[in-house]
Amino acid sequence: MKSGMRILGGMLALAVLANTNALAAPALKIGLAAEPYPPFSMKSSSGQWSGFEVDLLNSLCKEMKVQCQITEVAWDGIIPSLQGKKIDVIFNSLSITPDRQKVISFSKPYYYTDAMFVGTKGQKLDPSPAGLRGKILGVQGSTSHASFIAKRYAQSGANVKYYNTQDELNADTAAGRVDVMLLDALAASEFMASKAGANLESKGLAPRDPIFGPGVGAGLRKQDAALKQQFDTAIDKLIKSGQYDTIQKKYFKVSVAPK
Amino acid sequence: MDFSWFAEFRQPLWLALLTTLQLLLISASAGFLLAVLVGFGRLSRQPFIAWLSLSYTNLIRGTPLLVQIYVMYYGLGSLFQDMPALRESWLWPYLREGFWYVALALTLSVGGYLGEVIRGGLRAVPKGELEAARALGMPHRLIVRRIWLPRTLYALLPTLSGEAVMLLKSTALASTVAVMDVLGIANLIRNQTFLTYEPLLLIATLYLVLAILIERGFKRLENRLPFRNAL
Repeated sequence: MKSGMRILGGMLALAVLANTNALAAPALKIGLAAEPYPPFSMKSSSGQWSGFEVDLLNSLCKEMKVQCQITEVAWDGIIPSLQGKKIDVIFNSLSITPDRQKVISFSKPYYYTDAMFVGTKGQKLDPSPAGLRGKILGVQGSTSHASFIAKRYAQSGANVKYYNTQDELNADTAAGRVDVMLLDALAASEFMASKAGANLESKGLAPRDPIFGPGVGAGLRKQDAALKQQFDTAIDKLIKSGQYDTIQKKYFKVSVAPK
Repeated sequence: MDFSWFAEFRQPLWLALLTTLQLLLISASAGFLLAVLVGFGRLSRQPFIAWLSLSYTNLIRGTPLLVQIYVMYYGLGSLFQDMPALRESWLWPYLREGFWYVALALTLSVGGYLGEVIRGGLRAVPKGELEAARALGMPHRLIVRRIWLPRTLYALLPTLSGEAVMLLKSTALASTVAVMDVLGIANLIRNQTFLTYEPLLLIATLYLVLAILIERGFKRLENRLPFRNAL
């Protein structure tokens, strides 16, 4: 009994120590999906994260004077992970949408890109709802592109396929299993420039739609209002100081600065 | 608990249920026929056929079903996509669909697992009955059709019921290759409503009900048998 108490005491002391450690360095856990999403976030074979969002994130964290720690989560469970406090911030090309704003809050947008229809070269295709009747239309689930398709293409007669990851969708579109996919224009040009996507071409941009929202922001828990304030100020500062432009020029030919 | 999404997703849920049932029926019936062949193949006196059946069983039972589905969909499927002639042909609408790759993978899996079960069942039929049939001058095919196979299947009914339920649950892997089966639709609902547990609870109940229906069906079949089996 006595030794049991002693062990328990030791464990308590350890727990207290561990706790003070945590207090000394309150690292923000930044959620990124494990699969690469170039040029926004990708992981090298040595395990190093890089990309536009990662660079921007590092500058933001420096600006906010907080320690940030990238935590990998599954994309399709990324919002529940935030709510379950497995992560504190989603910084993973998460578009700001009214649906999502019901559940989480967002920082102000830190980039905006159009959505692009992409299909195999030579195939005549009109990406309007009427033109896609009977075609297989692929889109990654839990994206604003998916909500757009679900709402605007529901009556189109297109066979809509939802994919868990953009990787799988890219592969299936290149393989001709999907006639046309809707995805982020920047990610699309990246993929079309690669060897795997060489047989693909743009079939046009999707019209600007309120469903797509004002752009991409950092996803935060609703109760973390102070953190949102910090992010907003830091984003503004980076854009004003020109740091934002330096970072984005490394990755894009066109500006992705939020309007 | 928030089930307000149910009305909006009723139609896709129904289609998803049909997809799951189609997968189940196609792979159960095709797989069963394959399994009978494998079962007899395992008992064959020709060494090559016996070896082939054994290797097949080992291959199927030794690799995860998910890996088999991926090999079919991404491996076999990527061979087809580089054949322009095939891409222009009437077959392409089928060959591009994940559904048929999953159906094929499930069929092969049933063939492997059930084949071994059927082999055991075939061995368990009393030799005397087969010898009696032969003594009466029955040709081999007729013995198989009238006595050997029916006796085996009667004895195996409880096992077959279990295998059918296992197969039902295996169909959930279809959602990994963008097939909108019951699990696929639950993922879609979660993606669009950000609710995790409600859609999962609903489809868990669906699978449970289907499993109970399958077991009931087999039970009825067992009760209808011409004799109580005491093997």
